Amino acid sequence: MKELSLHILDIIQNSITAEADLIEIELFENIKENIYSISVKDNGKGMTPEMLSHVTDPYCTSRTTRKVGMGIPLLKQNAERAGGSLSIYSELGKGCFLKAIFQHNNIDRAMLGDIAGVIVLTAATNENIRFIYTHKTDVGEYVFDTKEIKEAMDGMSIKQLQVIKYLKDMIRENLTEIQYSN
Amino acid sequence: MTKVKSLADLRKMKEGLESKLNLREKGNNTESLVQIRVAMATCGIASGAKTVMEYFIDELEKRNIEAIVTQTGCMGYCYAEPTIEVTLPNQDPVVFGYVNEKKANEIIEKYIKNNELVDGIIPVNYESIQK
Repeated sequence: MKELSLHILDIIQNSITAEADLIEIELFENIKENIYSISVKDNGKGMTPEMLSHVTDPYCTSRTTRKVGMGIPLLKQNAERAGGSLSIYSELGKGCFLKAIFQHNNIDRAMLGDIAGVIVLTAATNENIRFIYTHKTDVGEYVFDTKEIKEAMDGMSIKQLQVIKYLKDMIRENLTEIQYSN
Repeated sequence: MTKVKSLADLRKMKEGLESKLNLREKGNNTESLVQIRVAMATCGIASGAKTVMEYFIDELEKRNIEAIVTQTGCMGYCYAEPTIEVTLPNQDPVVFGYVNEKKANEIIEKYIKNNELVDGIIPVNYESIQK
């Protein structure tokens, strides 16, 4: 994948398949420590230790429509290429925590891309799941919580095409404010 | 139009939108809307499904077509990604493969607006995935 946000889009689908109803996505940037990290935490059904040990194997997948599962292996490859690493922790019945670390200034670190679009499009498709997206930079932090959005919308569906557009703009504005690096 | 930046802005925007939508909302069960589902698994994402989804959202809004655009899992047609499933009101779903922006435009103009079939329809024995 060309952009980190696309990896995030892909990884979130795993959490959705695991029947999570709370998905927390955190991006952390620290220029001094040279870190750019992505973590995704869900309260889905988790994995057995056996599944967990195979999860970075491209021939491991829970789906039935095809035999390969490239989502996690591709992210791992991308992280390692950019001087980082990928780790996953999970316990059956307790959800899953995935963290990918990149070197912030590594030339092979892919761009973040359109993270606002990824978060909003996924949240609009899965309105019954609470998404919390946190982005931390040296300058500040922005939190987008679909629970707050739902309260503000007071019953109106965020699937409305206009609403999707507004929400994307809202995230973009706030990210610019905390001077996020793409 | 002013930009939405905080939850307060969002509330204000919502009120404005509400009066505009109020009329339509009444008959707003999903069956009466055009539904588009974009396959969004690794294969789809890697071949540009997100761009296609954004295109549909932007264009349908611009062209004033009431629709719901959502994501779905892998439909098993990885070779033909990005794939989308379009369900017109009271019709069976139709799946299109190799959808790029040009194809998406054609689908909106011909299939969604005029119910004319266009090239790129996948299969005969396809059944909607319940997901």
